[in-house]
Amino acid sequence: MSTTAMGGPIHSAPAKDMAVARALGRRRRVKDNLVRWFCIGATVVGLFFLASIMTTLLWRGLAAMDLTIFTTEFRPTRYGDDNMPKGGLIHAILGSLVQVAIGTGIGTPIGLLVGTYLAEYARNSPMGNAVRFVSDILLSAPSILIGLFIYQLVVLPMGGFSGLAGALALAIIVIPVVVRTTEDMLQLIPNTLREAVIGLGAPKWKMITLVCYKAAMSGIVTGILLAVARIAGETAPLLLTSFGNNVTSFDLSKAMASLPIAIYQQANSGFPDLIEIAWAGALLITVGVLAINIVARVLLRAKI
Amino acid sequence: MSTTEQSPAAVAEGASFGGVQARSAAAINATSRISVRNLDFFYGDSRALKQINLELPDRQVTGMIGPSGCGKSTLLRVLNRMYSLYPGQRAAGEVIMDGRNMLDADVDLNELRAKVGMVFQKPTPFPMTIYENVAFGVRLHEKMSKSQMDDRVEWALSRAAIWGEVKDRLHTSALGLSGGQQQRLCIARTIAVRPEVILFDEPTSALDPISTLKIEELIDELKRDFTICIVTHNMQQAARCADQVAFFYLGELVEVAPAAQMFTAPREKRTQEYITGRFG
Repeated sequence: MSTTAMGGPIHSAPAKDMAVARALGRRRRVKDNLVRWFCIGATVVGLFFLASIMTTLLWRGLAAMDLTIFTTEFRPTRYGDDNMPKGGLIHAILGSLVQVAIGTGIGTPIGLLVGTYLAEYARNSPMGNAVRFVSDILLSAPSILIGLFIYQLVVLPMGGFSGLAGALALAIIVIPVVVRTTEDMLQLIPNTLREAVIGLGAPKWKMITLVCYKAAMSGIVTGILLAVARIAGETAPLLLTSFGNNVTSFDLSKAMASLPIAIYQQANSGFPDLIEIAWAGALLITVGVLAINIVARVLLRAKI
Repeated sequence: MSTTEQSPAAVAEGASFGGVQARSAAAINATSRISVRNLDFFYGDSRALKQINLELPDRQVTGMIGPSGCGKSTLLRVLNRMYSLYPGQRAAGEVIMDGRNMLDADVDLNELRAKVGMVFQKPTPFPMTIYENVAFGVRLHEKMSKSQMDDRVEWALSRAAIWGEVKDRLHTSALGLSGGQQQRLCIARTIAVRPEVILFDEPTSALDPISTLKIEELIDELKRDFTICIVTHNMQQAARCADQVAFFYLGELVEVAPAAQMFTAPREKRTQEYITGRFG
């Protein structure tokens, strides 16, 4: 370093001009600081809105939260008459649970099998690439389209909105999420492990079900949980399929309530007491989704 | 280039290589367990093995040496048809075992792999308990009671010289074992299926010297019951473990000879240059 700086014969570059070097250094420091403050500023703006949403949600949601939310169905507004009974969200909570459970139950096995097909059977085949492409499109498709699809396919032929249609719409949203995580997690498994199973004389299906699934288990479960979190808050596809209901119903052939729709309807009602209940519902969904995300993260970390 | 003829008793007992006693040639008279005849192997269009002829003597250790890319691992993966997993890889010629050509399309690959077990370069424990790792392969091929399975697991772990270390933690995860222990577990898992041939693909290249020593002793012990084929980059290891050594270069089998002869009086110039470290 020192020999070249003194302009030794091995180096033809001119000696450093200290003034130029200092000016360059200053300019770089200024740029460095500028970029840093832009990044910090953007983060602060983002966090501010997030914190604002969360505190408003907590503030108004907690204020409206009480036992009647979990014990009572929808009641008309008590606006102007405090003696009327207070309504709750149990019909929507149960409706959401039913539809999310059925949607996950239908979507998960399909997604799991498609993901397995992509990772284990069709890794570099044209067919595999086509399926992967379609699945990725489905992953980012606007959910209202999926609602319309089920509306055409199920609601119209069945002659009305139904919980089944809602669950099917949610299932379609689940599929590409599970496909992607299943494929990604299976691809993380080294081929040497597969060869070790095959080398013992195991058929391929046993290799997949007994070893690969086990090795990828926590990642796959995480993907399923994230899919559940995603559909728990979906509103648009349910609007066109299960529509919503003011009473508790477990009849899959009839319209069925759900939390996102109940929030949508009550927040839109214009009555302060119903809007309050909508806030409580929003808090419920947020806490639920947060809990699922935390469980998913813990599961994923447990693997690594 | 085809194989050179074996010439038994070409070298005196106890010839040494690198301070290691290499095996005498007299040991290699056993009948052949696997015969490789006129084997060619292709990765797509590139030919990785050229007209290989090699006999694996029954209950002897055959060492395969040669520089990286010479085809020794490829040959190993032909012997249990592992290559069949990958489209585009193809073998031509014959691998005769029990009077049948194992390259035939109608060979039951699972049955073949139960007869020809394999231990890999890196330990590959399955994500399950130690017990389940060993029982896994057995369950694929045999039905037995719980107590029979317990016996089989203990037998396999004992043969793999790891029983003492794991007998109190059989039902804990195999992933908690050290690298050397994991490799011996993988050997136990392979033995448990009771194969006739065991293929070792650089089984100690990921292990420390102590674990390596244990595995080598184990291989020596196992050849009483199993025909063994080991690929290694370590010439001393080949000299220590193998009865017969085969030297591969650029997809050809240059020379095959009893270990003692191979390391003291190789017939081929290329063999000599490789084992003395002039290339490779």
